[in-house]
Order: sequence, then structure tokens, then C-alpha cells
Amino acid sequence: MTDVAVVGFAQAPCVRRSDSTTSGVEMLVPIFAEVLASTGLAKGDIGFWCSGSSDYLAGRAFSFVQAVDAIGAFPPIMESHVEMDGAWALYEAWVKIRTGDADVALAYGFGKSSAGDLRRVLALQLDPYLLAPLWPDSVSIAALQARLGIDAGLWSEKEMAEVAARSRAAAVSNPRAQVSGEISAEELGTRPYIAEPLRAHDCAPVGDGAAVVILASAERAPGLCARPAWITGFEHRIDSGSLGARDLTTAPSAVAAGRAAGAGAVDVAELHAPFTHQEILLREALGLAGSVRVNPSGGALCGNPMFAAGLARIGEAARQIMTGRAGRALGHATGGPALQQNLVCVLEAR
Amino acid sequence: MKQQAAVIGVGQTRHRARRADVSIAGLCREAVDRAIADAGVGLADIDAVVVGKAPDLFEGVMMPELYLADALGATGKPLLRVHTAGSVGGATALVAASLVQAGVHRRVLAVAFEKQSESNAMWALSITPPFSMPVLAGAGGYFAPHIRAYIRRSGAPEHIGAMVAVKDRRNGSLNPYAHLQQPDITLESVRSSPMLWDPVRYDETCPSSDGACAVVLGDQAAAAAAEAAGRPVAWIRATSMRTEPTMFAGKDHVNPRAGADAAAALWRQAGITDPAGEIDAAEIYVPFSWFEPMWLENLGFAAPGEGWRLTAAGETEIGGSLPVNPSGGVLSSNPIGASGLLRFAEAALQVMGKAGAHQVAGARTALGHAYGGGSQYFSMWVVSSTPG
Amino acid sequence: MTYVTQPLRAPLDIGFDYTRSLGPTLSQFMTALAGRRILGSRGADGTVHAPPFEYDPVTFAPPAELVEVGPEGIVTSWTWMAQPLEGQPLPHPFAWALIRLDGAGTAMLHAVDAGSAAAMRTGLRVRPRWAASTTGSIRDIACFVPCAPGEPGQHAPQEHAPQPVTMMTSPVLLHYEHTASPGESSYLRGLAAGRLLGQRCPACGKVYFPSRGVCPADGVPATDEVELPHTGTVTTFCVVNVPFPGQRVTPPYVAGAILLDGADITFQHLILGCPASEVRMGMRVRAVWKPRAEWGTTAENIDHFRPSGEPDAPYDSYARHL
Repeated sequence: MTDVAVVGFAQAPCVRRSDSTTSGVEMLVPIFAEVLASTGLAKGDIGFWCSGSSDYLAGRAFSFVQAVDAIGAFPPIMESHVEMDGAWALYEAWVKIRTGDADVALAYGFGKSSAGDLRRVLALQLDPYLLAPLWPDSVSIAALQARLGIDAGLWSEKEMAEVAARSRAAAVSNPRAQVSGEISAEELGTRPYIAEPLRAHDCAPVGDGAAVVILASAERAPGLCARPAWITGFEHRIDSGSLGARDLTTAPSAVAAGRAAGAGAVDVAELHAPFTHQEILLREALGLAGSVRVNPSGGALCGNPMFAAGLARIGEAARQIMTGRAGRALGHATGGPALQQNLVCVLEAR
Repeated sequence: MKQQAAVIGVGQTRHRARRADVSIAGLCREAVDRAIADAGVGLADIDAVVVGKAPDLFEGVMMPELYLADALGATGKPLLRVHTAGSVGGATALVAASLVQAGVHRRVLAVAFEKQSESNAMWALSITPPFSMPVLAGAGGYFAPHIRAYIRRSGAPEHIGAMVAVKDRRNGSLNPYAHLQQPDITLESVRSSPMLWDPVRYDETCPSSDGACAVVLGDQAAAAAAEAAGRPVAWIRATSMRTEPTMFAGKDHVNPRAGADAAAALWRQAGITDPAGEIDAAEIYVPFSWFEPMWLENLGFAAPGEGWRLTAAGETEIGGSLPVNPSGGVLSSNPIGASGLLRFAEAALQVMGKAGAHQVAGARTALGHAYGGGSQYFSMWVVSSTPG
Repeated sequence: MTYVTQPLRAPLDIGFDYTRSLGPTLSQFMTALAGRRILGSRGADGTVHAPPFEYDPVTFAPPAELVEVGPEGIVTSWTWMAQPLEGQPLPHPFAWALIRLDGAGTAMLHAVDAGSAAAMRTGLRVRPRWAASTTGSIRDIACFVPCAPGEPGQHAPQEHAPQPVTMMTSPVLLHYEHTASPGESSYLRGLAAGRLLGQRCPACGKVYFPSRGVCPADGVPATDEVELPHTGTVTTFCVVNVPFPGQRVTPPYVAGAILLDGADITFQHLILGCPASEVRMGMRVRAVWKPRAEWGTTAENIDHFRPSGEPDAPYDSYARHL
């Protein structure tokens, strides 16, 4: 099986409310152009395309169909779609290159979270018989998880505020971030609860965006990128959908994916943690040492376009390697309520 | 290099208009239990699960695979959810196959389902966004004009569509899992059924079904072990998928290039130079009867404009030179998300020699085909009774 | 010419009452709820799950048996819902809580009507408040309420044995804001002014009507606007004989693919003004507009297309648009 590397990444600005349609075309056209220009590739060079998005986020069936307009898919392309974050589209693209069916593949994810009421839309991810009829919203579910960890002594509101403060400060240097700024954890800790024990800074902002990553085989990567980010481990797992039966203070799927992917010794990690306590949970689950730089981009707490933010984490991790700022990096993506599904991609320079 | 992969187990539900006896999880599990039993494995032997279904709005559950993790035996394992419109069942099989072909997993479970009775697909598909024209023609109205264009272009006689309907429904009556059981259907009864979307009659349209399909794929070692235990397998000889936009200037709705390109790549990969001569059975996604001759041409079984002649001569019947949809096809069962995987699974059953009353005698090489969207997503595979 | 306009936006509501069949396990659970009892399922490791699983998270097997649990339990985690959202169990502020019912080893997510956040704590003992009438739904438990200190455990009066519940109805209503693309917005504003505006792709030169904003064949923004005449050719069509919800013309009628003169792609509209049986491929048609007072940003401003009376277009002139 060939080795595979990330050779390009681009991301649309994370914004509260985009002028784009829910098919994402307007957000995708510029970043396709950007990532192709950065690699010197033409559309015809892409052997496999794969996207991630959600019909319920858009509020209509087959919402992903029109996104291929942004590609200009004639002559026809080899293409697929996952109803998941674009990080899983990247995984499918990685598999495709390993089969030998393609040597360059492009994965993208897009989401216009602002189109609906995200807290209510995500309630439809819950058990349709026992939970969804109560419409428990996504922020409340995260809050139940946060309190379990606080009660168990695994994290505190102060540590959660510190995650938010560090993330916002890091995002100052990220032009694509939706939220950024220097603010102290102490000051954040004085603000009101929105879903006790969560305050506004504990929750990712609702916003729109898109991301794209290009992968290439061992043969092609060196010609497309001066410093490709080679994938050394790519794993994902899912936990039970039974929310009340899971131990919500950890994520077995993240532990297992991290272990299988070789998550341990990395310089930097981009974690898809839409809530502050989830970053702390994930650091523990993935066995990240205190010295690991976490979310130099600001992470999902500073821009969380649904179905694109996980892919963007892998793109940001790869960028750390492609720009020479790290030798070994980890990108993580999550899906489902309370970190039900987790994906880990470990990348390195050679 | 690509690893060998094979279908080692197939399962499906009894498809019905309304499976009121099961939940969504129970529907999926019925197919999964049959597939793993057929493969002679347990859920613990499965390395990863790939789930396919059509729009989440059909069941009103966002990403239902999340809630289904335990029912699918996926908890603690990798799970992927595919959605490529009507072709999704086919794409699900191809993603699962690629996981084996890439050497990532040894045994992968592909599951696809639709529980259409939870809502009304006509409703979900006809939600009119603001500023849009209300739906003018209903479900069949999108495809009927393209069928008219095919008839104009090919000069096919008017009764060809009815012939396909009779054949597929009679084949369906040989398949105990098929939704519609119409052994007594005749050319006359089809031609006297109501004309819904002229030129499409009621009996020439697919039903709306609850149903699921599951397939266990294995690597060379898993397949060899199954064969050694006396369980036939279906070796995957070639896979192919292509996409084009829904609408663009120059799109050929009758003979879409994405389908033709996918087929050409498929035959090349399988080393097949004469598809009509070398394919023993074809399971083709035919939701409206006239798509049989259209896809015969698009797939390269016949020259443009000539596909209907195969149908007219009876060559696509069981016993003909190119049996098409011996299972009864989409015209007999249509759990939308599963319909594509059913085509792929039925192709496998043919070369495994396990298709029962609708078995094509001596079938060694078969085609599974699915398409979706506005004739824009195509996926297909060729399976054989022997590897390579 | 390049147009930079704000896209048009409008609300889009998606509502449907889903009918769910329950299958054996959930049917027992819902039937019990209708009788104001709560059942759990015993897992392979002995843990009782309440609510019950359909398939064991560890062994993936269906439950061997369902056992009665609760109805009281303790809060294992909670949060405060200060502004309840549409569809949630209570209209006034309440707590969401994970509740481990007596006899169960797992938690149930539900609402607690506690009055204030100050009344909530992990470990709080709660009991269900049953809905006035029960139907076999998780909402038969209206919510939980704190047990008063020293209050004896109480079971709701046992109703007479309820009829087996096999189905449930689940209303889903979501609200979205729909946004038209910039190209579509120009086209829609043109319609509101009685004009038919398309766009030309700068790469392939094809004229799209309606405008799509981006040329689907080339993936590049199409910003050159082209005004088109109100005449065209029917390339193909179907005669609609079937009634369906939301239909605005009584069948039989014709929905046609119309190629406006100068356009490179067809769009669908009604063909009226002659018997359905007289509509032909190649027939020349002209737009019939509604009265100006009824115009909006919609293609419905054109009531229908009618035969123009010109000779039919030759097949070769539109064959590549089929």
C-alpha cells in the first residue's frame, strides 16, 4: 500500500451568517481555486473527490447534490459523499488512494449552520423513539457531560475558562477564525451561565464555513508540496448511541482511535472540541502530554462550521507540518452527541 | 496494489409497503443477521461497518447510524455513513469493498435501508424552497420527459416499457423477498393500467417499500476460508463510480456520460471486451420500466438506439442471452436507500448460485448497477464465481 | 457586466408527523408507559438499562427480558434550561437531567420541573409526573419532579391493562432561512420586473436560464447577465394525469422542458392553451404572464407557456438539449 500525504489545505472564513446557499457552492468555489493554485493542480488532476455535509443542516433532501456545481464536474468525476464531517470524506479519500484507484484525491466539507436553529436540528441525532421527541438540545447535552466531569474531579469551570482564553488568544493569528481576542480566564469565569455549568465561552460559536484538503500518493506528493504531511495513522471509531448508558466522562471511541493511530508522541494537536471540557476530555483520551501544543488555530471554539470543522482540524494539523512548525502532528474530528464518534489522523514530516 | 475482495454473505428483509412489525433498528438487524449467518461469521468478526441510506428527511432522523450503532454491531468499531442519492446502496458496497481492497480491513459489513412508511417520500422530495416553482409534475414527472426523448431518439415501439414491467414483476414473483408479488401480470394488464405521467403507466413505476439489505465483504483469506467451508463467494472483479452535475448545458439525459464513462471503466478493469456476451446476469437500477433499454445502451450492452431490441426479443428475460433483473429489480421492491445495494447483492447471489427460483442457470459473471439524483450518480460492480 | 447584489432570503419551515413502528422491545416499553410503569432491559452483564436497549451495547443481542424499574430515581447530572425551546417538555424554565431510576444501572434523559436552578443538585431524588392522558410515548412522563424530603415512595395508581402500543407519532417541525444564490437572486429580481435574465459562463460561453450563479460544467462564477426573449421551444414533456398534493392545475395537463431562444439549457413549466394531446416535441411556445399586480420574485409570475403558432422547430435544432 502506498504512503499518503496531505499536500494542500484551504478553509473558507468562519462567519456567523454566510451569504452562501445551503449547498455550499459559493463558499467552495474560492477555496477550490485556492487549494488547487497552492498545489499547482488542475481539476482534471484530481482522481477522486469526496465530500461531507448534512441534509438536515441545510433543511432539504439531497442538499449535497448541487455542491458538485462548484467542481464543474464535466467530464464526469469519480466522486462520493458521506453524511458526516468532511474528515470522514478525507478518510474515504485516503482509502481510495491506498487501493491504487487514484493518486491525487480531494476531500471537502461544508456546512451552513446558520440556516436553521442548530441546537434543535441536532436533537434529531438522538434516539428517535426515546429522546428526540423531547427535543433535548445539543448545548444541554454537552452541559450534562460537563457536569459529570466536574463532579468526578476531571475538570473544573476554571480549567474550562482557561481553555477558552488560550483558544481565543491563539485565534488572533488565524484570519479564518470567527471568534478571537485576548481575554483572561478570570474574566470569562465571571460571565453568566447559558446552560449551567456552561458559559458562552465554553461553547463553539454557531457559524458557516467550508474546508478542503488534498491528498496525494507517495509518488505524487513530493512534486506537489515542498514538505508533505505524511499520514502515519488514520483511525476512527463509534460509541454506543445510548446516551444514558455511556460513561460520558470519557470517549472510548477516541481512546481506541488514538491508540490505533499512534496518537502519543506529537508536537501539536488540533482537536475538534466544540465545548471547552471536551478538549480536556480528549487530551486525556488521546494520551497527549502537557507539552503538546493544542489548537494553535484556535480550534472549533473559535470557528465551528458543522461538517467542515473536523476536516479543518486535520488541515490545520497538516499545515503545521507543511510550514515546518511541527515534525509530528495530530488532527482529530468528532461527530454525534457528546463525542460519540471520533477520528484521529497522525501526520509527520519526512 | 489492490487486494482481492469478495462477497461472503448476503442478507435482506422481506420488503413490504409497511413493515409495522419492526423499528428502524429491527429492520436493519433482520438483514444484518441474515448476512452474517450467510457468511458463517458473527458480529464480533466484523471489522468495520458502512451504512447507506437516502435522505435523512425520509425517516426524520439526522444521521440515524449514530443511534443504530449497537443494532448494527458497530459500537467500538469504525462506522462510515454514505449518501449519494439513489445510487447510495451501490456506493455503500463500493466504499466497503475499497476498505478491503486497500488492505485496511479483513471483513466489512455494508448495510443499506429505507423505512419509507415512516413518512412519505413524495412529501420529502417535493418540499418547495422559497422562490422555487411548485412541483409541476410529481415524482415520475422528472423522468417521463426523458423517456419520451428516448422513444423519439430510438424509435422504440410503445409496448417496450410494458414488456419490461411484465418481466420484472414476474421475476419478482419468483423472489420471496420482493415487495410486489404479481405472477399473473400481463402485457394487457400493464397497458390498461392508468397513464400517470404520459408515457409512463402506473404498472411501469416502482413501489414505495420498507426494507434493508446487508452484505459481508471479505479479503482473500476470509473468502478462501468460506470457500473451503463449502460456502460459495462472489469475487469482486471490478468497481466503478462516476458523477456529473444535475443540469448543465449539453447534458444528455437519455444517455448520460457519467454512466457511460463508469461502464467503460468497469469493463476495462474487469477485462471484459464484449459485455453482452460475457455478462451472464445484470441487476440494473430500473425504477421506471423504460430505463431498462436506456441503461442497456448507456452500459454498452447495445448500441445507442438499439437497447429496446434486446428487450423486445426477450433476451433480457431469465433464459435469454442477457437476463436483466432476475430478482424483480426496483420495479418489484424499492426501499430507496437499499435499492442499489440490493442490485449489487442480487448480482452476487447469482454468481454464488444462491438466487433460488430466480437463479440464472450457470451464471458465473454478473453486473450490479445503481444510479441516483438526476441521472448523475452512477456506481457499479462486476462479480464472478472465480477470482480475477 | 458584473452584478453584486444581496441574495434573496426567505423562511422555510419543514414539518412532518412521522409514524414510527416500534418493534417488540419498544412496544413493551411504550405499552408500559401508557400504564404509567417504566421498564428496563437487562444486559448480558446484568446491568439493567432504563430506558431499555433494543440491542445490547456490549453483545449487540436483543434483551432477554424487560423488568420494571423506578419510578423514582436520582439525578446523576443536570443543567438548567432557562429559555425552553420549541417542542421541549415544559414551557417554563426547567432542568435537563440524567436520572438513574431505582433498580437501573444506566440513566434516562428527561426534564425535571424543579422551579429554579438552586433546587437542582446531583443526587437529587426525583419521581415522574405523568401526563394527564397517556398514549404510549416517552412524553407520557410529562417530566420528573423532586421528591419532597421524607416523602414516601409512591407508585402511580395502576391503570387498567392498556392496549398494546405498536406505533408512535413523532412530529418534527424545523425552521430554516433559505438563501438564493447571487445568480438566482438576479434572475428572481428580473422576474419581478417582467424580465427573463440568464447568465453566460465566461469559460464555455453557454447561457444558463435560470441563472445558477456558477457554471456546473466549469465550476466558475457566471456573472455576465443575458436577457432572453419570452419565446422558446418545447424539447420534451410529459402529460400529467395523476393528482398529487399541492397540484395547481387539474389533470390532464402538460409539464414541458422549454428551451428559451438563446438559452443553452431547458427549464420546466406548464404548457397550456391547447389540448394536452396536441403538445409536441419541437412546438414553439410563448410565455403568458400573470397580471403585473401579482408578480413577485418567482417564476410563477409566468402563468404558463402557450403555443405561439409558429411552425415547429426541426428536431435537429434541439436534439442536443434532450
